[in-house]
Amino acid sequence: MTLARHLAAALVAAVVIALLSVQLSAYRDYQLAEVAAYLVAVAGLTVLIGLSGQISIGHGAFMAIGGYTTALLLTHLGWPLALILLGSVVVAAGGGALFGLAAARLRGPYLAGATLMLAVALPTVADQYQHLFGGDQGLPVTITAPGFLGPTFPPTRWQAWVTAGSALIALILLANLTRSRVGRSWRAVRDDEVAASLSGLNVARLQVLAFVVSAACAGLGGGLLAVVTGIVAPGAYTLTLSIALLTAAVLGGFGTLPGALWGSLVLVLVPTYLTNLGASHGLSGAASSSVPIAAYGLILIVVMLVFPAGIQGGLRRLFGSAAVAPTARPRWLIPFTSLRRPAQSRENQEEGPS
Amino acid sequence: MKKSPWTRPTRRSRVAALAGLTAAAVVVAGCSSGGSGGSGTPSSKSTALTASAPGITAQQITIGSHQPLTGVAAPGYDEIAPASNAYFQYVNAHGGIYGRKIVYKYLNDQYDPTVTSTAVHQLVLQDNVFAIFDGLGTPTHLAVVKFLNASKVPDVFVASGCECWNETATEPYTTGWQIDYVREGKILGNYIKQHFSGKKIGYFYQGDEFGQDGVKGLDDELPKSQVVARQSYNPAVTNIAPQITALKAAGAQVVVSFTVPAFTALFKLGSLKLNYNPQLVVSDVGSDPITLAGLLEAFAKQGGATVAGNQLTQGIITDGYLPSLGSSSNSWIQLFTKIHSQYLSKLPLDGNVAFGMAVAYTFVQAMFKAGRNPTRQDLMNAINGGLPQGPSVAPYAYSKSNHDGITGAYMAVVKNGALSETGPVQVTDTSATGAVTAAGSTPAAAPASGIPSP
Repeated sequence: MTLARHLAAALVAAVVIALLSVQLSAYRDYQLAEVAAYLVAVAGLTVLIGLSGQISIGHGAFMAIGGYTTALLLTHLGWPLALILLGSVVVAAGGGALFGLAAARLRGPYLAGATLMLAVALPTVADQYQHLFGGDQGLPVTITAPGFLGPTFPPTRWQAWVTAGSALIALILLANLTRSRVGRSWRAVRDDEVAASLSGLNVARLQVLAFVVSAACAGLGGGLLAVVTGIVAPGAYTLTLSIALLTAAVLGGFGTLPGALWGSLVLVLVPTYLTNLGASHGLSGAASSSVPIAAYGLILIVVMLVFPAGIQGGLRRLFGSAAVAPTARPRWLIPFTSLRRPAQSRENQEEGPS
Repeated sequence: MKKSPWTRPTRRSRVAALAGLTAAAVVVAGCSSGGSGGSGTPSSKSTALTASAPGITAQQITIGSHQPLTGVAAPGYDEIAPASNAYFQYVNAHGGIYGRKIVYKYLNDQYDPTVTSTAVHQLVLQDNVFAIFDGLGTPTHLAVVKFLNASKVPDVFVASGCECWNETATEPYTTGWQIDYVREGKILGNYIKQHFSGKKIGYFYQGDEFGQDGVKGLDDELPKSQVVARQSYNPAVTNIAPQITALKAAGAQVVVSFTVPAFTALFKLGSLKLNYNPQLVVSDVGSDPITLAGLLEAFAKQGGATVAGNQLTQGIITDGYLPSLGSSSNSWIQLFTKIHSQYLSKLPLDGNVAFGMAVAYTFVQAMFKAGRNPTRQDLMNAINGGLPQGPSVAPYAYSKSNHDGITGAYMAVVKNGALSETGPVQVTDTSATGAVTAAGSTPAAAPASGIPSP
């Protein structure tokens, strides 16, 4: 039943996106495609943090794995796009499994540190093996719309269809997974590892699984982003990207898929909008390109003050459709905010200063 | 106040919210969508100004660019687009191009190819620019060449000397402008062959097509046995101590570098630290003395030391394809100085500013030649028909089958913070066997108005 509802919702969304992509200008289609690519990665991250209670400051690295896999498969094997994206998912999931094995042994700031290392180290691999990865210049990723759409079909609309379609499929799978037995087990592990393991759950295996799922999403997101921008280069997968993904997940609200959408929208639309605004108000190029970075900080502070559970939590509170699910404070935050045991953290769930 | 933490949204409401939000997001993305681009109509001989192509209205011509305004390549290069814009403002104030004013919109790409892609998509798809002009950087611009040519957008006078802009068969809308790194490598190599025969030579170059093209030109001229070390760097990694150590260990007495200014400065400081003092021969793009002196002083300060920038640049051998800023009697330098003091006095008058103005002059030349109501193809035809030599010291190579820009340069040495010419202008081609010869033509003087005649 759940699957049927999710499928129906996705179908509605697909029709709306298809209709809109025809109406929108080419550049809006391009932005739509960008949003969809980031959405997949942020959704994976928000599930990891909000549901399984593990942190990653290194998800940009999994996007890099997905992006480079896409570029290499396209250049050397020339597979059809769907297979290439699937390949990127598989390779990134493999990377997630390897890293998840280590991650399942780490807690709090140590896990954060390990993922941070991944984000910093991985992009430099591209420079070490220049012949394979193209060094700093990166690799081109050029896809064309299939012939039956006609020669005048706008390429950006095709990109929007590919990315939005892939994003919808990923979201359906994630939505079902989080509402399944696995999702419930993740919540149990997040809330209290000891209690979960006493109930017969294999905590370590569940944590690794969460990393695999999350890395697979990031891999797909990375592959899609490569398709949209037409290039993979190490400059795109710096620590800044990983932090931006985390920011998007925080802004949207941990553990909620609609929250991932809000976060991705902020990620894509705010910088372009503000750079244009800055430039049209006579700021120099260098100054107006710093505006988005300042605005990020400001938005993050305001959202955290007004809606501690993120935009989605805030919306729920405003429209009163339901209370915030008990995901507002993931357990990795606990070492930073409280010395109390994780089991008691549920008492810290107020949505603001009371 | 408190709601029970266990209350959950119903499944229905969640699903509905997800679908609704996706749709809402698309609507948000969709509003305020950009204007539509008019399709090009053939240029007419009538006198009325029309909106003849995307980015062209009766009043103005909008062009775009991607530039490193922040990041590793920004020092020095961030002056180029403002300098071009200063020249455009000068043209606008003196009648514009057939009465149209030039609007120059340049976006920051941080020298990161992915950002370049996003920025150029915005310029072409949303801002409907007529052309991309002087997009800066080899790795960055390579990210958008295919997109621009597929979209049939003129991609003129790329600010990079990569030979990869000369692909007229597959990328007919892209043209270079500055001397390409292969020609430059050959001219530098030829000089080294004559003046440092028997000395051990080391290469230090950026590990992409920028550096590789330069090395190709050097190898065409220098005997393989004389080159004792080849070290490359990645612009994202500022620790180049290993490369310097390797060059020193190989005993290189002359180091030729194809570097951006920041890495020329890092190399100079790093080699001083290792007590290694080879003769530096630096390609034009990494050798502007004023930029280098500023960088050397800033980097040394970060490391807790004080250095005199001009003292450290003294004696660096380089080449130039624009008149030297030191030659105050040159009509082009007088023009640039005048525009600089009028529109750009906040920035130093250095090689980057001269570059920005010179390339802007070439664009205005091409636009005048393209006609009163040009289409995008008219601009390409104008360039393919060849352009008269402007501020550059050697002629352009432009033709239908060749999109290289300036074909020659003179050798120079840095003295007291300025280039001092040490030889005549030499020209060559990009082939392995083409000789380096003295230029036949003498550069034209700048027009009195400062604006090319139609």
